[in-house]
Amino acid sequence: MVSIEINGQKIEAEAGSMLIRAADAAGIYIPRFCYHDKLSIAANCRMCLVEVENAPKPLPACATPITDGMKVETRSELARAAQKSTMEFLLINHPLDCPICDQGGECELQDLAVGYGKDVSRFSEGKRVVFDKNLGSLISTDMTRCIQCTRCVRFGQEIAGIMELGMVNRGEHSEIMTFMGQAVCSEMSGNVIDLCPVGALTSKPFRFKARSWEMQDHDGIAVHDTVGSNVTVQTLRGEVLRVLPRENEDINQEWLSDRDRFSYTAYKSEQRLTTPMLKINGEWKEADWQTALDNVSSKLKKIVDEYGADSIGALASPTATLEEFSLLAKLMRGLGSQNMDYRLRQQDFRADGAMSAPLLGDSIVSLECAKTVLLIGSNIRKEQPVLATRLRKAARKGASISAINSTKFDFAFPLQVNISVSPSSLVATLARLAVIVAAKKKVPTSGTVEDIAESCPANKELEGLADSLIEAGNDGQIIVGSMAQMDGNYSLLVALATIIGNISEVKFGRLEEGNAVAAWQASFLPFADRGTVGKNATEMLNPALKACLLFNIEPSLDCIAGNSALDALRETGMLIHIGCYRSEEIEELAHVMLPLASVFESDGTHVNCEGNMQSWKAAVHPQGEARPGWKILRVLANYLDLDGFNYTSSETVRDEASPLISTTKRTASMDVYAPVLVEQNRLACISHLPLYRIDPFTRRSQPLQQTLDNPPAAAGMHPDTLASMGIDDGITVELANGGGKIDISVYASTSIPLNCILLPTALQETAALGNANWLEVKSRA
Amino acid sequence: MTAQTLSPVAISQIEKELEKYPADRRQSAVMAALRIVQEEFRWISNDVMQEVADLLGIPAIHVYEVATFYSMYEHKDVGLYKICVCTNISCQLRGAKEILDYLRKKTGIGPGETTADGRISIKEVECLGACGGAPMMQVNKEYHENLTPDSIDNILDGLDRHD
Repeated sequence: MVSIEINGQKIEAEAGSMLIRAADAAGIYIPRFCYHDKLSIAANCRMCLVEVENAPKPLPACATPITDGMKVETRSELARAAQKSTMEFLLINHPLDCPICDQGGECELQDLAVGYGKDVSRFSEGKRVVFDKNLGSLISTDMTRCIQCTRCVRFGQEIAGIMELGMVNRGEHSEIMTFMGQAVCSEMSGNVIDLCPVGALTSKPFRFKARSWEMQDHDGIAVHDTVGSNVTVQTLRGEVLRVLPRENEDINQEWLSDRDRFSYTAYKSEQRLTTPMLKINGEWKEADWQTALDNVSSKLKKIVDEYGADSIGALASPTATLEEFSLLAKLMRGLGSQNMDYRLRQQDFRADGAMSAPLLGDSIVSLECAKTVLLIGSNIRKEQPVLATRLRKAARKGASISAINSTKFDFAFPLQVNISVSPSSLVATLARLAVIVAAKKKVPTSGTVEDIAESCPANKELEGLADSLIEAGNDGQIIVGSMAQMDGNYSLLVALATIIGNISEVKFGRLEEGNAVAAWQASFLPFADRGTVGKNATEMLNPALKACLLFNIEPSLDCIAGNSALDALRETGMLIHIGCYRSEEIEELAHVMLPLASVFESDGTHVNCEGNMQSWKAAVHPQGEARPGWKILRVLANYLDLDGFNYTSSETVRDEASPLISTTKRTASMDVYAPVLVEQNRLACISHLPLYRIDPFTRRSQPLQQTLDNPPAAAGMHPDTLASMGIDDGITVELANGGGKIDISVYASTSIPLNCILLPTALQETAALGNANWLEVKSRA
Repeated sequence: MTAQTLSPVAISQIEKELEKYPADRRQSAVMAALRIVQEEFRWISNDVMQEVADLLGIPAIHVYEVATFYSMYEHKDVGLYKICVCTNISCQLRGAKEILDYLRKKTGIGPGETTADGRISIKEVECLGACGGAPMMQVNKEYHENLTPDSIDNILDGLDRHD
């Protein structure tokens, strides 16, 4: 620490750190455009010029390291003159179109021009014009407004990890663009809108919707991933118009994934369910809440009386709120049923008793300091985009990150070891790693683990990985991701990963999508109650229940069984749909539809992968007659004459939820399950969930659906596999398994292991396939 | 225009350049790689920039940034002989304009143009660091200084003899 003086004020600052940082810390504002404290220093806008004693000319505060005894003037005559001249230069080519610019009112250039600009421009020559670029469905461009600060370029290079935007040409001709006019495809791309200090990059869905000062800000929490990013929901006249990140250094910093930023565009979809509906003689009739709830409660009671409580069940979306999970769990248990689940895309439930809540095992911030990270069955960039940026930071600090997956994904950070094997070999690879780690730590492993490991010989990669895990110890982190959850051997993958974590003393984390941790905290699980264990998501659909409550899901897309789930629900005597939207399949199957308020219209609580509970208040009134989930469930419980449902606010529901056991359970058990393997002559199916197909909300967000992350449905196979079957790249084939068959085009990709098919789920085009770990391909001549 | 693809020779030359830099600094070879490409094709297409990016393991936009920053990289086909006439201050004072005019008279083309037979292109460039011999021009890799109409005649007449 050295002491310097800024504007006569004595300040202690770290030697070598940049002047602007010390000034910011001391509350002394220096104007800037290109400087951003989360990005590297470019020093190309020159707005932060200040006077430094003994320096012959003004110096840029963002790129001037502090030395002992430095005396700085930020508002002296020289400094002001330099800042004003810079402003004059910046405004030479900047259009005077603030009245029609979306950035107006929240524009750094506009704000600073008031302080440093001239009333009249002396520049009478022609201004330069830069043609707009089409960057896709999320970002709108007005490139003439660009002042070449390169924040967007640096964000891509440094934070998002894929450089898509660049500054091409030179000098007066320089402009920001993508290579050959490609659309940007980063899952974090929306952040460049916030970073842009002018109106060059603005939000396309928000274009010309409102002025920033007209809107009201509401604190919110994003529910699509397990991060719980803090957001500001901006509304005007009772309508949500924009979602922005809200700074929280411990969670999302100031970033937000595109999914959380743009999914609001679906909340006013035409498919919103706005009144309670009853199906009477096959016809949908609008009803008031009283009639609808009366109908539901009397039929539920009748079914419980007639067939017993075990004949009813509830399936909920993983993005429901803690309050909704709590009351739904309490309601089902009140009726005497343990049949409830949110794990709609899981097929292997064998480890239910041994499983602990899907937590990271440490704080999100700690990811940045991890020395070794092992990702298992995770495409973390697309599953938990904000966490991937933390991992990227760790990688930049020298962490060694490795992945064991059934597909080689394009991570935004370099990988030490990137193993991609077929789903059947995945368990063997993990078992082998467990055996190697155990041998190195001189701990015995069970015979079962060794048996499973047999088919995967030890190799240098695994040895190296084991070494780096052991070396990292408590600074290491294992993450089992959402992709593993769809695997037929999930319980085994989790068990083996836990064993590896335990032996190498590395932190173990298991991440799921949405608000899954809240479901655990609310005990919304078939095995959460001591005593009887209820039916899980798969069992509830096979055989069909007598009555089933669907909480904001679309079964053919949200359940891994796809259309086969519909067959079961078709036989369900009483199907109650509580949801935000109506869809054809729901209208065909359900008997009652109750309109649910969306996350913007309801209070709620999200529990993130750290176990961090964050609540929010409704930002707008619900559409039509829709009501917050917790209120619907509370009143329904009253109609059912259940005790203990006299809640008056969402907080009373939340506070009743039992505290989460925040430390992951470390069972020393070596018990593992026998792997389910795909028969030798069959192709293994690798399911993956596209980023923007995760819930009914994102599926209806048009801007997100138009991005490159939502390509047309196609099945990926290794070129050699395709060649061995005599199938050409790009043609349409018939895929079939026990459950059904579909026609789909195939593409070749060397990222996919041999004899496997990578298939996207949650798509209409693939829903007809049943739930199986293998597929048959028939060429359609 | 036919699509450009890196020849095995060019790839091995680029790989040789890569040896000069640490393994995690492959982007350092981008300028050399673009030079090799340009020597092969006389100009650099977007397709081949993508190839260079893949070879170096860097984003294509990064290659594009570099290729568009330096004016010596060509983005469309140029003639067999690229004549770069310096019009910067020293050459300007010593009659660069007359040189350009004379070249136009002789070849029928001006700066930024290529003769119909694809033989000669003329380019106006900034200082090439040969002010002592102003006015000057560069034909492909060769400098010609103290230019006069006569010497330009000689240079143009002698072009094909270099092949």
